[in-house]
Amino acid sequence: MLGLGVTEPMRECQYSEISVVASSPMDAEHTKRVPRRRKWETFPGRNKFYCNGRIMMAKQTGVFYLTMVLIVVTSGLFFAFDCPFLATNLTPAIPAIGGVLFVFVMGMLFRASFSDPGVLPRATPDEAAHLERQIGEDVANGPGQGGYRPPPRTREVIINGQTVKLKYCFTCKIFRPPRASHCSLCDNCVERFDHHCPWVGNCVGRRNYRFFYLFILSLSLLTVFIFAFVVTHVILRSSQTGFLSALKDSPASVLEVVVCFFSVWSIVGLSGFHTYLIGSNQTTNEDIKGSWSSKRGKENYNPYSYGSIVANCCAALCGPLPPSLIDRRGFVRPDAARPSPRSNGTSAYVSSQPRTRMCDQDQCIQSTKFVLQAAATPLLHNELITVSGGHSLSGKPSLGGPCASLPAAQHTPPGPVPNATWEAEALVRRDQEKSLFRWRASDEVSSPPSLGHGNPLYDPASQDSLHQDSVRGLVKLSSV
Amino acid sequence: MAQTHSLQDLRQQASIAAKVFVQRDYTTGTICQFQTKFPSELETRIDKQQFEETIRTLNNLYAEAEKLGGRSYLEGCLACVTAYTIFLCMETHYEKVLKKIAKYIQEQNDKIYAPRGLLLTDPIERGLRVVEITIFEDQSNGRIEGR
Repeated sequence: MLGLGVTEPMRECQYSEISVVASSPMDAEHTKRVPRRRKWETFPGRNKFYCNGRIMMAKQTGVFYLTMVLIVVTSGLFFAFDCPFLATNLTPAIPAIGGVLFVFVMGMLFRASFSDPGVLPRATPDEAAHLERQIGEDVANGPGQGGYRPPPRTREVIINGQTVKLKYCFTCKIFRPPRASHCSLCDNCVERFDHHCPWVGNCVGRRNYRFFYLFILSLSLLTVFIFAFVVTHVILRSSQTGFLSALKDSPASVLEVVVCFFSVWSIVGLSGFHTYLIGSNQTTNEDIKGSWSSKRGKENYNPYSYGSIVANCCAALCGPLPPSLIDRRGFVRPDAARPSPRSNGTSAYVSSQPRTRMCDQDQCIQSTKFVLQAAATPLLHNELITVSGGHSLSGKPSLGGPCASLPAAQHTPPGPVPNATWEAEALVRRDQEKSLFRWRASDEVSSPPSLGHGNPLYDPASQDSLHQDSVRGLVKLSSV
Repeated sequence: MAQTHSLQDLRQQASIAAKVFVQRDYTTGTICQFQTKFPSELETRIDKQQFEETIRTLNNLYAEAEKLGGRSYLEGCLACVTAYTIFLCMETHYEKVLKKIAKYIQEQNDKIYAPRGLLLTDPIERGLRVVEITIFEDQSNGRIEGR
């Protein structure tokens, strides 16, 4: 905290040069010092990430491991106990085909489980505020044509002749696109949301639906394959040595048959169901709700269907694969959502972010500019200004900005300057445009939090406007 | 104070007056299209035709990315056959078009929007939900606003 602990983080804050003209050397230097966080680390949903953001899964993955174990163990037993007999007595093509099927099943399983299902990133604060304003306007306006007005948090849109209601998602603060739904388990809105599959340990949505479908299809083939050939194996053995001794010779076969028998119904059934869904271009969600069922009305049809089964299948399985919208491995940009210092009363909407790429660091720059201006006055010119610091120099990192190493001064109230000030050594040179100064932790701060240190040079009671500015600047600094 | 001369510095040092969001247009389905309706906040800054042209071009590019046709089917089948490992070496068609879009937006910003104190944000950075247009304040004391 103090002493050595104070100097360490302060060293990270060392700016060797602040140029009023260009801030880009500053940026580069600063970003080098502070480790940048990847977006998956600050992802708001309830997902788990592995391999530095490459793998994305739901929170509960227990059932996924069960799925893996079941498949691997059953297939392993098949290859170990049944395949040797079958390969020698029938054909070696059997283990070969089995192997290919097994690899394909596992590949599709991993692909379905580990990829982003099509999560929609949540709205930025600006977007959310803009939408809220729009919703407010909708409420204020009178009913539309025909006296019917949809409830404020829904929007109606006509897609290919069908009226579709877009709902507002309170968690993600967006109007959900058609076919998107919010998964309560993962706490994300997912595009073309099909369902959350615990067996796969992930949501099934636009980006991984084809993998999920190929997984269950190939798994049903594998299950049927194993079942058929294990039964064949047992029968062949029984014809040679009798039924009971056949079972004794190959006990694993019993286990395999049991597992396959119970799986086959559910998995083949599921494959059949999803084949139907793909053919009609519906999601599980829509089918269960009966959104496009003709029972709802004669005029009710699916506006997303491409017309023919073949076209729908091709679109679902071979269509273009959209990229992930959440950019999990990208770096968090140092955007600071701070209230705008100036208010534009007449403007329709004031951004809560006064500067697009503003960060704590820029606040620092602004504040130090104030300090320099103040320092440029005769009173303070060319003097070593030592401002006492408090335990705000503890180096507690703030979230996500390049100035993370700057101590969060939330502990110290932004009150009178001496209570919330930095340890600084300012060198003011009267250059026309440029100023050079250095912030450095002083070892003198190693003493206990010196909140009471007054610095006569920064007398808050001073009426001088420059001093007031410098006070403001220093206060701003401390609030960074 | 500082004189800024590049778009980067403009972004950091200029003040944002407002942000306009162009929402998605779902009337043709779930494919990515944006509304071409001209926002009222931009009336004083940019020509309506110019703006609509930009949005229309973006829509065409996104439609190209999501187009179902021989090429996309071929890519899909090839990918399936290679167990999707082919995407370790090559980009998907969609990604290629997204790069094109990024270049187009950069070009539009440089040529048309930045001189008017506006900035288009690539929709992919907003999850393809909106086209965010940042309106910068007019610098009143003669400072250069942009390039």
